[in-house]
Amino acid sequence: MSTSAAEFGRREHYLNADWGVKSWLLTRDHKRIAILYLISITAFFFIGGLMAVLIRLELATPAGDLVQPDTYNRLFTMHGIVMIFFFLIPSIPAVLGNFLIPIMIGAKDLAFPRINLASWYIYSIGGLLAMWSILAGGVDTGWTFYTPFSTTYSNSYVISTALGIFVTGFSSILTGLNFIVTIHRMRAPGLTWFRLPLFVWAHYATSLVMVLGTPVLAITILLVAAERLFHIGIFDPALGGDPVLFQHLFWFYSHPAVYIMILPSMGVISELITAFARKRIFGYNFIAFASVAIAILGFLVWGHHMFLSSQSVYAGTVFSILSMLVAVPSAVKVFNWTATLYEGSVSWETPMLYALGFIGLFTIGGLTGVMLATLGIDIHVHDTYFVVAHFHYIMVGGAIMGYLGGLHFWWPKITGRLYPRFWSMISAIVIFVGFNLTFFPQFLLGYLGMPRRYHAYPEDFQVLNVMSSAGATILGVGYLIPMIYLIWSMRYGKRASANPWGAVGLEWQVPSPPPTHNFEETPTVEDEAYDYTAAKEKKVA
Amino acid sequence: MNLWPQKFPLFPETATEMAAEIDRIYFAFLGISAFFSLLIAGLVFYLAIRYRRRSPDDVGKPEQAATWLEVAWSVIPLAILVAMFFWGTKVYFEARRPPSDALEYYVTGKQWMWKFQHPEGNREINHLHVPAGQAIKLIMTSEDVIHSVFVPAFRVKMDVLPGRYTTLWFKAEKAGTFRLFCNEYCGVEHSKMIGSVTVLEPADYEEWLAGAGVAGPAAAATGEELFSQKICDTCHKPDSATLAPLLAGIFGKEVELADGTVAVADENYFRESILNPGAKIVKGYQNLMPTYQGQLTEDELVQLILYVKSLSPAPTEGPSP
Repeated sequence: MSTSAAEFGRREHYLNADWGVKSWLLTRDHKRIAILYLISITAFFFIGGLMAVLIRLELATPAGDLVQPDTYNRLFTMHGIVMIFFFLIPSIPAVLGNFLIPIMIGAKDLAFPRINLASWYIYSIGGLLAMWSILAGGVDTGWTFYTPFSTTYSNSYVISTALGIFVTGFSSILTGLNFIVTIHRMRAPGLTWFRLPLFVWAHYATSLVMVLGTPVLAITILLVAAERLFHIGIFDPALGGDPVLFQHLFWFYSHPAVYIMILPSMGVISELITAFARKRIFGYNFIAFASVAIAILGFLVWGHHMFLSSQSVYAGTVFSILSMLVAVPSAVKVFNWTATLYEGSVSWETPMLYALGFIGLFTIGGLTGVMLATLGIDIHVHDTYFVVAHFHYIMVGGAIMGYLGGLHFWWPKITGRLYPRFWSMISAIVIFVGFNLTFFPQFLLGYLGMPRRYHAYPEDFQVLNVMSSAGATILGVGYLIPMIYLIWSMRYGKRASANPWGAVGLEWQVPSPPPTHNFEETPTVEDEAYDYTAAKEKKVA
Repeated sequence: MNLWPQKFPLFPETATEMAAEIDRIYFAFLGISAFFSLLIAGLVFYLAIRYRRRSPDDVGKPEQAATWLEVAWSVIPLAILVAMFFWGTKVYFEARRPPSDALEYYVTGKQWMWKFQHPEGNREINHLHVPAGQAIKLIMTSEDVIHSVFVPAFRVKMDVLPGRYTTLWFKAEKAGTFRLFCNEYCGVEHSKMIGSVTVLEPADYEEWLAGAGVAGPAAAATGEELFSQKICDTCHKPDSATLAPLLAGIFGKEVELADGTVAVADENYFRESILNPGAKIVKGYQNLMPTYQGQLTEDELVQLILYVKSLSPAPTEGPSP
């Protein structure tokens, strides 16, 4: 604290309260830990994105002529692993959730600041293990690690990659635990459960999934390692095991993991819609309960990945109808967001563009998900590009649009700076257009019959593949633009006021960037969430 | 007349009645999806423009709530989904349950090729020939990792697993050659594990069978030879059931087991009983048989099963499995 900002007569906040590498690497401030995560996941996003670029380049021509088949298999495997475990799962919770949950509930930090820092270290160790595996030669099993391919037949770095995922899983569990305890125990006076911002509700539901689901993944990874290293027959029939057992265990975590990725994004969208419509969100309770319903139902649908795996037809039937039930709370959210615009005061700022884009892309992703849950249709489109398109609509069109929308919404709060409005709107539009051009043709490819994970493909699939690759180029440019202007804004951007959007919520009542301990005095909450009418009356009075 | 360029198809060929039915569900769902997507996109644009902010300090109208609306937009999608669920499930049950009069072909997948065994004894690699207008049942297994048979023109697909048999069936209406993909990622040359199904008119199929020149002895006959080679006949005698259960006449029937449960004597049952004889003991017998794990190839297993099957006369009319 030798040269703190206060000595120069400037306002002290969490960014300038202390300097030096040590003050960052040993910080217990949830806001600084959020920044550490932001830097790490951005690095992984660009590594995973680079692999996507190579995949789309290879698929621009039908022949497998750019890379070797073995290299291609490693590329799509590592793309999936990096994007899912090291980018999407931590993205919104570990960055925006970490930064905002304590401030949104009027607390000075999370319940366990040291565990929060430990989470980031554990995540980093797992990430480094995975990076080491990539540099050593990579892994070729697909991110799904299906047995007995992964346990007996693959000649790649299965164990070290899986260990990286295993380790990172603990960071996820600890973050979830931290959020649950914080939301239960540290809410400001007057902040009842039904006054919580929906972002907090969404993270509460997400945390439950993290804490309950991730241990199953950890166990599954250990079983894979036991079979691969010690030839204990668990999954390989040649050793007396059952390969379908692996699929049950894997999807018991990995389907709920989809909700770990999309629920926080839905929480962001709820905040954005209400802030840019300046109106209390339509159907607050329904959206809150929909988050919890999705988290619970999400645990009961794993078998829809296995309709054609030799699972019994009756199990398939039950998983089909349960999967369709998940669509109901999801639809409820979409309808409520739309209804919130009615008689609102809507401004078309950049975060709102992302939010409106999310609604459209998530709707398409959700509806095609229900098509996949329909047994008759799934027979044909299972494991084709139709599935690839569907989950990218959810994870890129949904989760990443939500993440970028949230990042643009809270950027002034996080950095104290504004970014250029023009460029940010351009990039939101470029991303939306590029995304659709990349992934919409893949629905058509899938119904035509192109299987996923194909290094080479028949010639008549080429036109649609070229469209997809062209779209990916636009999408890539769309992601680079914010990278440039956000970094630029940290030094040259205009200074942000405490509340640049005129939004309600405790995070907009503290200065930008917030002081180290967030609040001088613990605030008392008197209003319902998103009560713009009360806020305006107070302002006038 | 097809004006759409052949090089740039947007929709797969349709060669079976089931493919047409799956397309109908798909189009119905596509219609529903288009309706809801356009409805939401239209509402979002309309509302966001109609209620755009007029002055910087504007706020929206105070809270509105409408429980009837929440109920409506929960119940209406739910009702549509339940209807689609029943339609989709009906087709799934049909697809997963082969008719009892289907011709049976055995399929073995291995990294990275397909082997087909005709009931008549012909064997093919990657390219299967079948007659048109006849239900065809594939009984499939893998020698290594999980594969999957996918014929887009028939809209059929099923995983092919090591250590068990799975089945798939189709009834092609028209002659032609259709692509067969491996649809489950299986390693380096996954995207080269491509074959075809050639559907021939019944007369052409007979001609093909005769002229193919690869016809060996019928698989069941090879199985019979194996049966004595592997000294199965020491205990499983055709006329005595003292040491081991009789094999004649039991294929597809229910077998009472020592633990009081009942098993159906199908392909998977015989496979397990050969490789892991102790798993299911027939009532009244002891666990005497040695395991054949590692001593038989997948092809030999199929031949043995076909031999045992040949000891049971084909049912003229029976329940579908």
